[in-house]
Amino acid sequence: MPVATNVYMEALSPTMEEGRVVKWHKRDGDPVKTGETLAEVETDKAVMDLVARADGVLRQVAAAEGQTVAVGSVVAVIAAPGETVGAAAAASGGGMREAGGGRREAAGVAVAPADATRVKASPLAKRMAREAGVDLQLVTGSGPGGRVVKRDLEGAAPRASVPAAAPAVVESHPASRIPHPAPSGAPYEDVPLTQIRKTIAKRLAASLGPIPHFFLTTEVDMERASEAREALNKQLGDQGGGKVSFNDIIIKATAHALTKHPACNAWFQEDHIRYWHEVHIGMAVAVEDGLITPVIRNAESKSLADIGREAKELAERARSRRLQPSEYTGSTFSVSNLGMFDIDQFTAVINPPEAGIIAVGSIVQKPVVVDGQLTARRRMRITMSCDHRVIDGATGAAFLKTLKQMLENPLAMLL
Amino acid sequence: MATLTYRDALNQALREEMQRDPDVFLMGEEVGVYQGAYKVSRGLLEEFGPKRIVDTPIAELGFAGIGVGAAMAGLRPVIEFMTWNFAVLALDQIVNSAAKILYESGGQIPIPIVFRGPNGAALQLAAQHSQAWDSWLAHIPGLKVVAPATPADAKGLLKSAIRDNNPVIVLEGEMLYNLKGEVPEGEHLVPIGRADVKRPGRDVTFICHSKTVAVALKAAEQLAEREGASAEVLDLRSLRPLDEEAIVGSVAHTNRAVVIEEGWPHAGVGAQVVDIIQREAFDQLDAPVLRVTQADVPMPYNKQLERLAKPSADRVVAAARRVLYLD
Repeated sequence: MPVATNVYMEALSPTMEEGRVVKWHKRDGDPVKTGETLAEVETDKAVMDLVARADGVLRQVAAAEGQTVAVGSVVAVIAAPGETVGAAAAASGGGMREAGGGRREAAGVAVAPADATRVKASPLAKRMAREAGVDLQLVTGSGPGGRVVKRDLEGAAPRASVPAAAPAVVESHPASRIPHPAPSGAPYEDVPLTQIRKTIAKRLAASLGPIPHFFLTTEVDMERASEAREALNKQLGDQGGGKVSFNDIIIKATAHALTKHPACNAWFQEDHIRYWHEVHIGMAVAVEDGLITPVIRNAESKSLADIGREAKELAERARSRRLQPSEYTGSTFSVSNLGMFDIDQFTAVINPPEAGIIAVGSIVQKPVVVDGQLTARRRMRITMSCDHRVIDGATGAAFLKTLKQMLENPLAMLL
Repeated sequence: MATLTYRDALNQALREEMQRDPDVFLMGEEVGVYQGAYKVSRGLLEEFGPKRIVDTPIAELGFAGIGVGAAMAGLRPVIEFMTWNFAVLALDQIVNSAAKILYESGGQIPIPIVFRGPNGAALQLAAQHSQAWDSWLAHIPGLKVVAPATPADAKGLLKSAIRDNNPVIVLEGEMLYNLKGEVPEGEHLVPIGRADVKRPGRDVTFICHSKTVAVALKAAEQLAEREGASAEVLDLRSLRPLDEEAIVGSVAHTNRAVVIEEGWPHAGVGAQVVDIIQREAFDQLDAPVLRVTQADVPMPYNKQLERLAKPSADRVVAAARRVLYLD
């Protein structure tokens, strides 16, 4: 008597709790042999093959490509040739094995055999997703049987801030998606976390939490920037305008560098990373009993004079506590400057959910070797704090290099 | 505000309403000379005399019927049952007479009567004397049913029941009579059909009534202590009509509910509450609604088994953990 065999999402690495079906090599109705690859599955470490454990015909494929499924869930059935699979379908619900950990029911989002695209979600979660414009297929449910519940959606953006372009991201993203400035007009793009990124997030957060910081320091030659500032201020002075500070130049250069390194202009959002297409720079301002970070919006597209004027105005209003909430929220990256306090170098704490912050030290004259000659130059140390869940070492270093180049050669910002 | 026991709050309500309206009278077993099996009618015979405080033979169907007749004739009887377990003998008068006469007389004959007494289990009174009749009575169109959990609500609801022109069932509790609480003096009326938030909360609503209010409050405290979760305790107070607005409003606020009652699960009051929630608050729900009830068995006499059969704070906390996805 032939008996159908369930195909389970197997634990393909020792720490794997769920896997994403990257690609099915066999389709519903295809004959399969023991050991043949049925599907490619992305684990927390790599893309692995899920192989057939029986001979027969693949039936009841219940996990769509791109879908994430808990280990132990039934993703398909191998029926004996000629066997009807009505009974097997019924078995797929009851045949689930216990997943690891504290879950009471082992299941994934993909166990409903009749409709592989069905996502279990509480009525409230469905409503929240609808209102926030979030695709439930992308949300990993934490409830029984992978049910998406309220807590899985808390923090999802309200629809108002998600233009129609956003859901387009949702379908079939590759395993490693690199953010790029999209001319779609959307202010940002939500990229779901890949399995490896999820594991990095979980592990690094546990090691130095809640945000796993790391720090990159570089010293910048500020001679040219100083000269440029003097020339600019002379011209602005002649026009009766306000002056441009070093901080304004740093904000401008940071914004400019971020447009070239969008991987650093991002928010960590627990199950996805939001890569912003706009640059909103939070500017740390010390106030009487604390600190606030008013935001220079779209700093990448503003002139130095505009940034200077806006920064001055925001800082003044910050100190007199007259900022509106909209003026100190929504930054995508921050700059903190303690140069005026004669601090040579320091590390700043990341302003969540941002992924990075630049800490700026004072500009001091130092003996340095330029073209083989010992000479005095105005130098400044900047330290970038990075959220390792979003930014890796090389990514941050590349951004910092660009920033350094822009500050050392301010004309580059014109390019 | 004076602090009174539940029994004295009921006594105060009876006294005030009898002083206010000469048509009100109390009738039942041992209500007069013995001053009530649970001393709810203490001092009333002395104050109002045997014409208005009437001792009856042990004949529930008989004196319930006399009460219905008196109400038809224009009086406002309060019928005390020594327990609702004995009132099962009088159900014909309650269900077929009191609840039907206004309807069958085409609206000509109102029946302003109150049937009251202790309901549900006390301690080791065994299967026949430990039954909660909430859902039996709330099932009947033509009856109103209230189940106060506190002395203040006991006074306010009994006064409203006596003034109501329909038959009203007041479900008290032997284990509640000694409960103390602040009770507003004089004209304190609690409207029938209005639930009350006994403890505000954010994460889950405990819907309860009568004795289970104390269970829910204890569970809410344990939940806050152990899990840091905040439970709202909604006391229904009235089982018919049910305060749908309050139920839906609270669940819309917390997104989760556990419904607790003293009676058995099958076709219980809680089942009706869950029906309202799934119908009117479907899109607000983050988890299936769970119920905590008496175990679906005749009440055991054995003390430990009885304790296990009743709804307990531990069982409410366990249900709350499930709807909060903490398990």
